[in-house]
Amino acid sequence: MKAIITIQNIASDLVTTLWTPLFVAIFVGIVTYALWPRNKAAFDEAARMPLRED
Amino acid sequence: MSQPSISKSMTIGESGLALIFAATAFLCMVGAAKAVDAPFAFHASLAAAASVAAVFAILNRYFDRPAELPPQEINGRPNYNLGPIKFASVMAMFWGIAGFTVGLLIASQLAWPALNFDLPWTSFGRMRPLHTSAVIFAFGGNVLIASSFYVVQKTCRTRLAGDLAPWFVVLGYNFFIVIAGTGYLLGVTQSKEYAEPEWYSDLWLTIVWVTYLLVFLATIMKRKEPHIYVANWFYLAFIITIAVLHLGNNPALPVSVFGSKSYIVWGGVQDAMFQWWYGHNAVGFFLTAGFLALMYYFVPKRAERPVYSYRLSIVHFWALIFLYIWAGPHHLHYTALPDWAQTLGMTFSVMLWMPSWGGMINGLMTLSGAWDKLRTDPVLRMLVVSVAFYGMSTFEGPMMSVKVVNSLSHYTDWTIGHVHSGALGWVGFVSFGALYCLVPWLWNRKGLYSLKLVNWHFWTATLGIVLYISAMWVSGILQGLMWRSYTSLGFLEYSFIETVEAMHPFYIIRAAGGALFLIGSLIMAYNLWMTVRVGEAEVQAPIALQPAE
Repeated sequence: MKAIITIQNIASDLVTTLWTPLFVAIFVGIVTYALWPRNKAAFDEAARMPLRED
Repeated sequence: MSQPSISKSMTIGESGLALIFAATAFLCMVGAAKAVDAPFAFHASLAAAASVAAVFAILNRYFDRPAELPPQEINGRPNYNLGPIKFASVMAMFWGIAGFTVGLLIASQLAWPALNFDLPWTSFGRMRPLHTSAVIFAFGGNVLIASSFYVVQKTCRTRLAGDLAPWFVVLGYNFFIVIAGTGYLLGVTQSKEYAEPEWYSDLWLTIVWVTYLLVFLATIMKRKEPHIYVANWFYLAFIITIAVLHLGNNPALPVSVFGSKSYIVWGGVQDAMFQWWYGHNAVGFFLTAGFLALMYYFVPKRAERPVYSYRLSIVHFWALIFLYIWAGPHHLHYTALPDWAQTLGMTFSVMLWMPSWGGMINGLMTLSGAWDKLRTDPVLRMLVVSVAFYGMSTFEGPMMSVKVVNSLSHYTDWTIGHVHSGALGWVGFVSFGALYCLVPWLWNRKGLYSLKLVNWHFWTATLGIVLYISAMWVSGILQGLMWRSYTSLGFLEYSFIETVEAMHPFYIIRAAGGALFLIGSLIMAYNLWMTVRVGEAEVQAPIALQPAE
């Protein structure tokens, strides 16, 4: 079935298609954040959180 | 000490909740009187009684408490709220034993059908959801609620948010379990696997669950630590996703507002897709994300080692979140579900292998530098073996989701074996390990009553699991092969009853494995009971004494 070309349909198709690159971009961003060298010290600190006693 | 003269008055929460429960009690009595079926009348009466009890409990608590609510901090330390956690831990142990016992009963029914007793209430069809709900939602759910309330307080260094709300969550959740469980026995079910409770139980669970989310979020928001520890991310994903799944899968129209029967609004293959989107993500976010939160807190704590790689834990979390939600269609291979959706489900299931094993490696490697503790500490051994089982079942799962493998394994006992290697090995053992840690902490004991008994529990349960899963592998593959074998003339080689006969010995082995697992949990209950009763009290670290006034 051929969809009628309207602004709404084009926009909706675009959004549907854009989910994949959007999710991939977000995920790549998260991995970059996790591996960023400057964040290492803070993460090493966070890894010890269960061991702290109060 | 001079007592500041503040007059005691009820908080808005106390008076409001008491009023709401009083109104609920009245409405439930009306519901019981106008009920169109007996189970609904029974459940409405139970709810009325529970509401009246809740009003009394709130008033009693008010009269007994001092004018001021418990302080947020005592001597500069967070004043942790442990009462609801103790309650949920005890309930977890209780429901665990109940659920394992029913499991043993239905395993025995499959080997010896006479154990159905020819009664509707004890038939396999009613006992099976009782077993699955008791072990997953009652045992697992109470472990998750107890541990999440503990971990979020400890890692945020703040008292649990809310005064009555945490109690409302643990009591309300267990009341939901009672309604769901008694409903199954009386034949009340909407016949959706792992979502059997009818519309009124679903509504009640929604209220309880939203409160749970709010308590958890509010505790995180008032945290004293700048960073939100990874275990809390996993707990939060579990709580939010379960809310979404519950609402997505359960919209139903009751035939009468005074009756237990309802019809789901989804129809046909859409209903099937919704059901397995729900079903598989209950595995993904209840049985995986939730219990991974336990792994990320209790393994480092018990091993006294930091998390192996915090970076990996972040990637692990987000990869799991992005992938799991798409895996559901692998439950519907070769059905009316469109082919592309089946392939999509299979592909995402196979990709899930990566975050799963990333998480497993992170959990296991946390022991680096502390491997020797495995020899001396059976609790740590239990936690580590649980992670190993996690790795094993998350390898087996993606493999079974591949369509050609699934064509052999689907509808056979292989699936049951796979589920139990995850449920008994991973969820069971990580929960046991966490409870063995939690009980001495909660009741302020130096340690467990007996590590030797933990060792006994470990080995009986491990042997039970090995018997269970190996019997189901053999039985399942045998069953699958018998179903698909043809004679040279193109007829099916075996009748169905012949395949049932062939499975009989494996059903007996499986029941024996289940019995061992149950015995292990009884040893555990005794050990925990003795820890609370006769365990040596932990000496509090000295605190700076303040001069008497």
